[in-house]
Amino acid sequence: MPSRNKRERRRANLRALLYLSPWLIGFSVFFLYPLLSTVYFSFQRYDLFTLEPVGLLNYKYFLQDEAAWTSIKNTLWLVVVMVPLRVLFGLGVSQLVTKLKSGQGIFRTIFYLPSLVPLVAGTLGFVFLLNPGTGPVQAILGAVGIHSPDWFGDPAWSKWGLTLLSLWSVGDLMVIFMAALLDVPKQLYEAASLDGATAWQQFTRITLPVIRPVLMFATVTGVIQTLQYFTQAMVAARVASGATDSAGSVFTPGYPDQSTLTFPEWLFQQGFRDFAMGYACVLALVLFVVSMIFTLILLRQFRGFAEEEA
Amino acid sequence: MTTTLAPQQVAHRPVTSANASKTRATLYWIAKHALAIALAIMFLGPLVFIGLTAVMSDHQALTSQLWPETWEWGNFADIFEKAPLLTWIRNTLLYSVLATVFMLLSSIPVAYALARFRFPGRKLAFLLVITTMMLPPQVVAVPVYLIWARFHLTGTLWPLIIPMLLGDAFSIFLLRQFLVTIPRDYSDAARVDGAGEFRTLVRVILPMAKPAIAAVALFQFFYCWNDYYGPLLYAGTNLDNWTLSLGLAAFRSVHRVQWNLTMAATMLAMAPVIIVFFFAQKVFIEGVKLSGVK
Repeated sequence: MPSRNKRERRRANLRALLYLSPWLIGFSVFFLYPLLSTVYFSFQRYDLFTLEPVGLLNYKYFLQDEAAWTSIKNTLWLVVVMVPLRVLFGLGVSQLVTKLKSGQGIFRTIFYLPSLVPLVAGTLGFVFLLNPGTGPVQAILGAVGIHSPDWFGDPAWSKWGLTLLSLWSVGDLMVIFMAALLDVPKQLYEAASLDGATAWQQFTRITLPVIRPVLMFATVTGVIQTLQYFTQAMVAARVASGATDSAGSVFTPGYPDQSTLTFPEWLFQQGFRDFAMGYACVLALVLFVVSMIFTLILLRQFRGFAEEEA
Repeated sequence: MTTTLAPQQVAHRPVTSANASKTRATLYWIAKHALAIALAIMFLGPLVFIGLTAVMSDHQALTSQLWPETWEWGNFADIFEKAPLLTWIRNTLLYSVLATVFMLLSSIPVAYALARFRFPGRKLAFLLVITTMMLPPQVVAVPVYLIWARFHLTGTLWPLIIPMLLGDAFSIFLLRQFLVTIPRDYSDAARVDGAGEFRTLVRVILPMAKPAIAAVALFQFFYCWNDYYGPLLYAGTNLDNWTLSLGLAAFRSVHRVQWNLTMAATMLAMAPVIIVFFFAQKVFIEGVKLSGVK
């Protein structure tokens, strides 16, 4: 009897292995091996042709690479300003939509729609909308007597332009928050209003505690996504600067004045445009360590979640 | 709020107060909807202005006027002459369709195993899926690029398509989240009828998982359709393999500043997403809900 049980279990394990095999191969070939390889290359000078061990040189260079630190500052700015604004705005919009008694479906559709607009198209649209001289934003602000800044052409405003773009596409957060808000038990609100709690008290004492895990999830994933922020910054800078290359290889990101240069952009530039691949691996490891910290926070939240359905 | 008052309290209240609370409710209703409408205008505004600029004349597009003097529908035909849009669309479709089909073939069995099978390391495997889903692709970009360079596939879109045969972490995660919600009774019943594990998956589980499969397929398709980083990395220097995203980002620089044509091309890139959304709104919304933790 026990040997039969054992055989069955082994069969079951083999079957699991078979079903998982695509991912196991993918994980090894496209994640585990490249990750170890990144560590190896970080101690080399490599430009696709010659490979030369250089010890800690790439790491020392990183400490004094001013553009890298500018890109870190810009990325931090986005993490500290853009992520919280997006979460707060998403929460506000979802609160409003769940409270609407009529037209809820239409408003949800309208607020969700921009988040589906392709990143490149949305960015192009915003550069045009905020473009001084031709853009409607300047025309509209001018009509009410406000002098519009030169958004994507002014280092002091370019990141705010990107922030506006990210608020416009807040729809995915709104949907997640709406689902959470509608899950808050109605009896809690009824009991609270019986006790004479104000709307604000109900929000801070009932709504916030119940949806806290969802807010936490949205913030942490928002941070991790922002650490990868690439496309919008790249396209906005390229379009606003009016770069005239056609092969996509001459343009240097960051316009205006490195104010939109993000960390992944600098990694891309070093690794795949200047082919300083060893140095790019140092930048990749920095990105890995920082993202891993936030991923671990997220995993802690998931641990209980993975157990509940054993 | 009035519903929570005890009946005798209501009886003692003067009529005017009931009217006052009714007026307050009406004002509250108006305020909420006014705010929602104002927000809706701000959300739709960009799309409307992009659309209006797309049909302006070359000259008017360089002014700050908001409404087209003449409606130049020919702009949408012009962009096909000014840029190899058809090639870009063909490349984008090739990438999006193949990646989606490959992703489904490889990710469904993995998600099923994670949701249903008991095996040692099951929890670890799920946590590793989440980790690979969260970590930025740039972390391993250099060695992965070198793998494809060894196979002489840099300059093409294949480095973005082929790995989809080996599962996609986000899709596996999303499918798994849905599959664990299907009660075990269904697959148990199928097994009592003598169906093997694979037959159970195909005949019983897959039909029930249709909404989740539709959601990951749509997400994957539009992820590829919108992708800029991947094509830039692998096909950025090879104009023959450019996608719509790459072309669009460089569109303005191909000729001089022609906002009307640039916005027409922008509309063209948005159109498929918006059209599909209106037909499959529920699929999108349910999919997004699945991606959040409760």
